[in-house]
Order: sequence, then structure tokens, then C-alpha cells
Amino acid sequence: MSMPFYVSPEQVIKDKADYARKGIARGRSVVVLQYDQGLLFVAENRSRALHKISEIYDRIAFAAVGKYNEFENLRVAGVRLADLRGYSYDRRDVTGRSLANAYAQTLGTIFTETQKPYEVEIVVAEIGETVHDDQLYRLTFDGSVADEHGFVAMGGNADQITAALRERWSEGMGFDAALRLAVELLGQTPVNGSGETEQRVLTPGQLEVAVLERQRPRRKFRRVAGQRLADVLGVADDTEESGGEVQ
Amino acid sequence: MSAPQGRYGASLSPAFLATGSSSFAEFLAGHDPSLLPAGRALPPGSAPEAVHGTTIVSLTFGGGVIMAGDRRATMGNIIAQRDIEKVFPADESSCVGIAGTAGLAVEMVKLFQVELEHYEKIEGAQLSVDGKANRLSTLLRGNLGMAMQGLAVVPLFAGYDPETGGGRIFSYDVTGGRYEEHSHHSVGSGSLFARGSLKKLWRDDLSERDAVAVAVEALYDAADDDSATGGPDLARGILPVVVVVDVDGYRRLEEPELDPIVRAVVGARQNRPDGPNAPLTA
Repeated sequence: MSMPFYVSPEQVIKDKADYARKGIARGRSVVVLQYDQGLLFVAENRSRALHKISEIYDRIAFAAVGKYNEFENLRVAGVRLADLRGYSYDRRDVTGRSLANAYAQTLGTIFTETQKPYEVEIVVAEIGETVHDDQLYRLTFDGSVADEHGFVAMGGNADQITAALRERWSEGMGFDAALRLAVELLGQTPVNGSGETEQRVLTPGQLEVAVLERQRPRRKFRRVAGQRLADVLGVADDTEESGGEVQ
Repeated sequence: MSAPQGRYGASLSPAFLATGSSSFAEFLAGHDPSLLPAGRALPPGSAPEAVHGTTIVSLTFGGGVIMAGDRRATMGNIIAQRDIEKVFPADESSCVGIAGTAGLAVEMVKLFQVELEHYEKIEGAQLSVDGKANRLSTLLRGNLGMAMQGLAVVPLFAGYDPETGGGRIFSYDVTGGRYEEHSHHSVGSGSLFARGSLKKLWRDDLSERDAVAVAVEALYDAADDDSATGGPDLARGILPVVVVVDVDGYRRLEEPELDPIVRAVVGARQNRPDGPNAPLTA
């Protein structure tokens, strides 16, 4: 006969958090960074159809790492919330802040009230009229929100990427420079145990890239792929051959 | 009943997190039906007089399709608005024009626009032209109760079809019936006169500019014989709304481009008030 053990609430929360962190760290990273004309999203993602980066509304985009079915669920909910707000009020009344709040509440509830927390980390990005109006919200599995400035890296070896971005990212970077930096950092894989990193060359077929461009009319979100991406990175376009699962 | 959760902040309710539908209208119907154009209970009796929009014309040309609408809205014998707009972008490669009860029609267009964009964002792909036309049909079907009260909405939908490389036109009836039109069509109170005009002036080798001129002629003819359709109001600088949808997407003609075409049509009518003469033999 089994006896229920007493587990302290602290231990329950810690176990859930460790579980979620492990799940998130298993995947590949996503980087979001500001450049002179907007916000750039870069993810290592071999799938053409299953996205880690998506449009939510006119000025708002979404990036996520972790378990695909869970962040996809949140993304769809975000599109619904944004479209509902825009439809019942006005397009201008849809803000990244309110969306980030809704996500934070939802993730917080799921973390405390269910057995299994969501293994996701997401960024809600909103492009403003000027560089200073841009907003980057980073949300973690337990519903915490952080208002980031300039850049965010999530998933995989996010800590190393963040450290490198802190040194090498600068305000007013051009699109090409920002993209090359992001791709270089995504390609650095830590070699087991040694603290060293190994540099991989990522090709367009292994990347998912999108921008929120300040100068575009109404819908600011645009994907960057194929030849355009190959030109900036200086590698061959292999988009046709790509495919695979979202990691 | 309290306001549905999620609309004013707070945590996302289960409706938002439910899987399945990529339709915004379906989501509204489940979550907050009061926001649907037809989502209101009707009291017995007939509806009071409401603002009506009038004539929309549409015709294909070599690379796409033109849609144009006059600017008049009427309420009985009163001109309710001189510069109403009744032709809208549906998405980046299609447009929709509306005749009938303006309040409901404008709301329906707004829902249709969100519906198409919503699908595109959730599925990551655009609907086919037929898919879009069918969605509009579904939205209209929900409005049948209103139509029976005299609050009918009659849209005209047109889009560029990358599969055929040309424009396509769809007309509707109040039950949601969807009919593909070939070459040209018109809806609204002045549509009988506009259709006659389109029939005589449309050719299969029209250039974009000529197609715009044909649309303006047809609207002029509608305004000539239908009191609810407004002609070009040059004194006030109110021109019809004319849009082009082709391989480059949706584009509304701006005044500098449209004004000379409209002035040419109006000018020619000073000499021949009935408009251009179609040849007797083809």
C-alpha cells in the first residue's frame, strides 16, 4: 500500500521550475534584436511550415522557444485576443503591453494550478514610431515578465548568446550587421564540458528570419528568406532542401 | 451577463486557448456573439428607415479587375451622406463593395477583413479566391433574419486569382447564395442601368485605364436614372471610389490619376448626354 508523501510547496514549485527550464534549454535558441529600421527575429529552425516567429498584429510579433504545441497554442490565443480588441475597439488600441499582460496571467495560472507547467519562453515585440518607442517583453514559463532593452536571447545556450550580445550589439546597427551577428551567435555550440564553443555555419534553410519594419505601411511584419537571406549571409540558398522538426 | 473574460485584460479564457478553428467569426460566435453584425435579437415589427448605400460596379480587364462605387448614401428621399465610401480592400489581393443597409454592411466588411487576415496569420497562408468568396457567403447567411426585416446587405466581391492570372467577380444574394460573374457585374439600386451600360461598353481587350473609364461611365448612367445613386460631384471634388486589383495587389486610384478620367467622362456628356455610342455590329 502506498502512502502519500508530504512535499513542501517550495519543493513543488522548484521541481516544476526545474522541469520547465530543462525542457526549454533542450531546444535551439531564438534571438530578437533591435536594428536601425526595426526589430529583427532570428531562429534556428529547419521547418518551413512550423514557425517559431509569427505576426500577431499590425505592429506586434511573437517569438518563442520550447514545446511547439504549447507556444503555438499561446500564439493562436494572442492572434485571437489582438484581432478581437482591434475589431471591438480600434486597430490602434491593440498594444504589446496588454498582450504581454494576458500571456503573463495565463502562464502564471498554468504554472501554479496545473501539474505540468508550459515549457516555453516567449517574446512579445512591438515596434513604435521611433527607436525609443520599441518594446520587447520577455515572458517565462511561470508568468514573469521582463521589459528588455535592445536584444533578447531565449532557449538553448541563451546565456552565452546574451553575454555576447551585451558586448557586441550596439544601438543603431544596420540590418545586415545585426543579422550576421545573430546568425553567428546562434551557430556557436558549446563543446561538452570544456567551456569552449564550436562555430557552425548556418544556411538559409536552417534559419527562420523575420522583421518588424518601421517604414512599412500598416502590417509591419515581413519574413526574410531565400535569396535575400543568402545574399546577406554570403552563403548559398538551400531553402528548397530544408525541412524537419521544430527543436 | 458579465463581459466575457479576456476582452478587457486578465487571463486568457479557455475560448482563446481552444484548438481547431482558424475563423475569427467562429471564434466570435462562441466567445462573444454580441459582436457579430447579425448577433442581435430582433424585436417584432419592421425596422425603422436606415441609411442605404447604392451602386457598385465591377469589371475585369487584361491583368485584373476594377471595382467602383458612387459616393451617395440615402435615407428614404433624403441624401444621408455625399461622400460615403462603399468599396473597401478585403485583403491585399481582393476588394469588396457593398450595397444595402450601410450600418450592417460596413460592419460586415470590417468582420470580413479581420476574418481573412486572421486566417492568414493563424494558418500562415492566404485563402484561395474561392475560399474568400465562400467565407463572405457564410457571413451573409447569418444576416438572413435582418434581411427579412428589410435590413439587407448585398456585397460584390472581386479578387485577383494567381491561378488564372486574372480578376474574378462574385455576386451574392441575401440568403448567402454565391454566384461567379463573368466579365462584369453591378449591385445596388442603380445596378440595372449600370449593367446595361457595362454590357455595351465592356470588351475583352480593355486596358486598365479604359476599364476605369467604363466603370465611371456605368456609374454615371446609374446616377442618370436612379435618384439614389450620386454622380461625380465636381463642384465639391467628390469622385467615385475606384480600385484596381491585379498581380501587384490592391490599389485605390488617387485623385490626380482619377480626376482627368472622370472629367473626360463628364465633359463628353455635355455633347452626348447619353454617353458613348456602341456600334450596332460587333
